[in-house]
Amino acid sequence: MQFRLEKRAEPSRLMLYATPVAAVILTMVVGAIIFSAIGYNGLGAVREIFLTPLTNSYKWQDLGVKAAPLIIIGVGLSIAYRANVWNIGAEGQYVMGGLAATWVALATYGMTGWWILPAMMLAGIAGGAAYAAIPALLRTRLGVNEILTSLMLTYASIQLIYYLVRAPWKDPMGMGFPQTRIFSEAARLPTVIPTTIVHLGVPIAVIVAVVAWFIVSRSVFGYQIRVVGAAPHAARYGGFSEKRTIWLTLLVSGALAGFAGMLEVAGPFQRMVPGFPTNYGFTAIIAAFLGRLNPLGVIFGAFVIALSVVGGEVAQTTIGLPNAASGIFQAMMLFFLLAGDILVRYRIRRVRPQNVGAV
Amino acid sequence: MHSDNAPRLELLGITKRFPGVLANDHVSFAVKPGEIHALLGENGAGKSTLVKMIYGIMQPDEGEMRWNGAPLAVSNPRAARRLGIGMVFQHFSLFEAMTVLENIAVGMDAKIPARELEARIRAVLKTYDLTLDPHRIVSTLSVGERQRIEIVRALLIEPKLLIMDEPTSVLTPQEVGQLFETLRKLAAGGCSILYISHKLHEIKALCDTATILRGGRLVDTCDPKVETSRSMAEKMIGAGLKDIVKPAGRSFGPEKLVVNKLSVPGTGEFGMPLREVSFTVRAGQILGIAGVAGNGQNALLDALSGEILGQDAHAITLDGKSIGGMGTTERRRHGLCAVPEERNGHAAVGDFSLSDNSVLTARDRLGFVIAGLINSGAAKTYTGRVIADFAVKAQGAGATAGSLSGGNLQKYIMGREILQKPTLLVVSQPTWGVDAGAAAAIHQALVDLAAAGSAIVVISQDLDELLSLSDTLAVINEGRLSPPLKVGEVSIEEIGLLMGGMHGEHAQAGAQEGASHAVPA
Repeated sequence: MQFRLEKRAEPSRLMLYATPVAAVILTMVVGAIIFSAIGYNGLGAVREIFLTPLTNSYKWQDLGVKAAPLIIIGVGLSIAYRANVWNIGAEGQYVMGGLAATWVALATYGMTGWWILPAMMLAGIAGGAAYAAIPALLRTRLGVNEILTSLMLTYASIQLIYYLVRAPWKDPMGMGFPQTRIFSEAARLPTVIPTTIVHLGVPIAVIVAVVAWFIVSRSVFGYQIRVVGAAPHAARYGGFSEKRTIWLTLLVSGALAGFAGMLEVAGPFQRMVPGFPTNYGFTAIIAAFLGRLNPLGVIFGAFVIALSVVGGEVAQTTIGLPNAASGIFQAMMLFFLLAGDILVRYRIRRVRPQNVGAV
Repeated sequence: MHSDNAPRLELLGITKRFPGVLANDHVSFAVKPGEIHALLGENGAGKSTLVKMIYGIMQPDEGEMRWNGAPLAVSNPRAARRLGIGMVFQHFSLFEAMTVLENIAVGMDAKIPARELEARIRAVLKTYDLTLDPHRIVSTLSVGERQRIEIVRALLIEPKLLIMDEPTSVLTPQEVGQLFETLRKLAAGGCSILYISHKLHEIKALCDTATILRGGRLVDTCDPKVETSRSMAEKMIGAGLKDIVKPAGRSFGPEKLVVNKLSVPGTGEFGMPLREVSFTVRAGQILGIAGVAGNGQNALLDALSGEILGQDAHAITLDGKSIGGMGTTERRRHGLCAVPEERNGHAAVGDFSLSDNSVLTARDRLGFVIAGLINSGAAKTYTGRVIADFAVKAQGAGATAGSLSGGNLQKYIMGREILQKPTLLVVSQPTWGVDAGAAAAIHQALVDLAAAGSAIVVISQDLDELLSLSDTLAVINEGRLSPPLKVGEVSIEEIGLLMGGMHGEHAQAGAQEGASHAVPA
């Protein structure tokens, strides 16, 4: 018995939506087997990571707070990736957004006023977009691959945090800790549900996803990024400039990553610390793909990633799973998803072995 | 094993299935020794599948092949070559940066010392009166010369059967004449030739027998010398052929498009630039642009559509307005629509629905965009109209462009542009790879558009198409455009010489020389 891949006449809509779900399920199955094989309670690990957080209302708050930045960054990345623009440096743009917002917060320290948070948001958006402008400029002017430049700029941005929190922005009352002072009240994000940790960033993330979905699916801009991604030659024929699209998508994805950085620093952190970069910019890549590069799908993708992060913490304490476990689960999800992608365009057919005549 | 009166190759009930398609349905015919046998059919009729089985690239699902009377099974092309079956493909597989000799050496099954190989190549060239320098670099050769490399490569195995797949599609008329001489000589020496084509007058001129396929089935095996081109075409498409109806006594209106010394650089390493191209097209006029592929046709289309901008904004004027500095979107607003040669990936996005593909070029002219948002209902309605008016076989406006056959996609693309009622339509290869029925429909639509007062530029390598369609003809060679020639007054020889690179007054003198050259003893 042999199997053969056969091209479908039309890409399968069913498979488009079924493969991300299948990837998550496969991850659970294979994860259970792997962790059993290396001596952990594999079934327990999967249960702790994927189910326990869902049955606990405290963990739901965590899920929302963790998913929010993933959604916002993931939506931006999904827009860029649709246009075949590979911004891998969302982590750096997130950091720069956080730093720009921190600058506003420190400059307005001790002041009050409704305008401080919006000013921080604008600074965060501008910071992220400006940082993404560097790969855009290099790509459109010199043809430098944006994957490399955006990724390497991430490490530069992290060094910038280290410098700022150790010297110019260091908390004068911080007993030498490398961190800024806690932002004043007006520069902190309010919670939206009293007595919880759910801050304003969570509903904002959902709004961002819905607005982005509407723009991508209905507007000429959304059409433009889809054409440039699917057929650059046809895009040129249709009157869309590839360079303009590279600029736009990098700026939008950078702006959203910077916005997420602002929400994080003004929400959960409330100050800038060296531990501010928590890989949201990288895990959002997986969220974007799990969500099929569809802004609404990214909500699902971000939720699953948040689940594995929160669940990973649970599993660390309850069954002593290493911290790296959730990373392994996230990576498996991405791999299974990418492998499953082939089923969207191809179907598997069983064939009988052919008798091949010889001379 | 070998018997003298057995056919060289005999196919008995050959059947090949692909998922959802019966590519060959019990096809049977025979090729005699020394016979030039045409395999005739539209795109998708099953010609390529059939020869791929003879050459060992695929295996038949059913049926039997016989070689000189003995059962034949060809497991791969190498085995085919060992038996004496050679093939010259439509698309050459040559390394541009290597010499002729190196290219041939790379393709040989057996390792032969370079000196010996060169001697053998020279012997073949001498036997068949072919001119080709084994030490030339391939990138400096013309298409005709490149094809000669492939032919020499096939002749080196001393074939008993030579398969030629659409060999003339890239040649000038003179090169076609030389090719035919070679093939006749080869056949006179006893080699059988299976000649795949859809150019009927060539088959009448060259072939002894013609086997016609339609929809994977054998329709008829006939003598092309007895048949008319029309009768063979009708067997090929299975229906009566419609003539292009040109309104009588046509007169042209005012000048629509004026191109004055348009130059653009070539794109890519082997892209041909445009060099001071000038021409004029009036309302109602169809200008044909002939030429061998790769002589600047793509640059011309891109420069007219606005995909590439030339230096001088005034080099192109439409209705008296300079449009040379405008991009594609702005030119479309001014009434210039264009259809590039490559359908999938350039004129249309394969992954997109037809409806979304209509947005690609029609969004501004037909008002699909309101406040930055796309009115997908309007795009769908328009796409439905294109499908209905141009008899596009598709599962509605939601079908992806990639799911359509080449001919249907071309009908859709042509319809999408024509129904926008452009002031000027520029099309490249409007019927390339399109079946005869669809081609006739596209030609008629172009003629009707011109009759309604639009100016049309048709860029094509199919001379028959241009001669039947256009009012005026110009030839592009090495990025230069010849002066316009009036169709009906100009001879095929003259056009052929221009295609081969002779300019102006030289063409007239060269025509006689070429004519005497084409009829050797």
